[in-house]
Amino acid sequence: MTLADMETLVYARPASLTEMPTHYCPGCTHGVAHRLIAEVIDEMNLRERTIGVASVGCSVFAYNYFDFDWVQAPHGRAPAMATGIKRVLPDRLVITYQGDGDMASIGMGEVVHAAARGENITVFFINNANYGMTGGQMAPTTLPGQKTTTSPHGRDVETQGYPVRAAELISTLEGASYVVRRSLHDPKNIRLAKKAIRLALETQVRGLGFSMVELLSICPTNWGMTPVQSLKWLEEHMIPYFPLGDYKVHPAVAEIKV
Amino acid sequence: MPPKGRIVVNDLYCKGCELCVAACPQEVMGLDMSRITTKGYHPATLIKEGCTGCGVCAVVCPEAAITVYREVVRPRVAAAA
Repeated sequence: MTLADMETLVYARPASLTEMPTHYCPGCTHGVAHRLIAEVIDEMNLRERTIGVASVGCSVFAYNYFDFDWVQAPHGRAPAMATGIKRVLPDRLVITYQGDGDMASIGMGEVVHAAARGENITVFFINNANYGMTGGQMAPTTLPGQKTTTSPHGRDVETQGYPVRAAELISTLEGASYVVRRSLHDPKNIRLAKKAIRLALETQVRGLGFSMVELLSICPTNWGMTPVQSLKWLEEHMIPYFPLGDYKVHPAVAEIKV
Repeated sequence: MPPKGRIVVNDLYCKGCELCVAACPQEVMGLDMSRITTKGYHPATLIKEGCTGCGVCAVVCPEAAITVYREVVRPRVAAAA
């Protein structure tokens, strides 16, 4: 009797991830988001025709970690670059992977217009409520009262305004077909996030238009907490402000069975 | 009897973040304080018996460092027939 007869493989590292260890801080859920995208691309057998567009921010090195083609867009311009790639190569699966500093601030114009045009691309938006890469400055998604390195007394909405709820905003656009928000703070929500990623990619494969998955993520280093405390902080503070849910599901997308 | 499982943690990727330790439903995971990886972290490991191979540690692992195996329980078809 061989070992294979006695035990079954429950989980192994997805083939769409390279063998390179990530540069992310311990516990950073960027890694979970990477893993889920890689798992879904493996399951859909799309690795050979996927092109990713990396953003600027912590996720700038995404092209080192995924084992398929990537290009690196200027800050915030990933949806514009993805538009060009998808229009020239319509048979490819084109995804962007952007953080909140990239998509919700400098790149807000690009993503809004890509969605309004109904570009057949998929945007993965990682929301961790600050600018992670540059040292935890206040981002458009920073919560009211949240302390960051540029809002040391907490975000004051009178002078610094309110956080941007990107999923709600994009969902108002006619061209967007699938816009949802999920969280990566516990196993159940990670599984729901994976389903959403699958549905977003199915939306694109079927040519149904723009899809976006917003993923609430932790930033333990810049929040000044341990990874486990960060998950609790996300659940207690971020989810009430950024409610999880489906903000736009086109009837044609709702019919997809996976 | 609950199913038996085991995990293999790849030292190349594990950064000792302890998300798997906190998520493990059987509470059988911990950091291996006797070892340090080349990146300088104490890697996660099984610290006691009782792993069921449920795979929750792999679901929360940000580094995809964990491979999970579960023992196959053969249905006793022959005995029933």
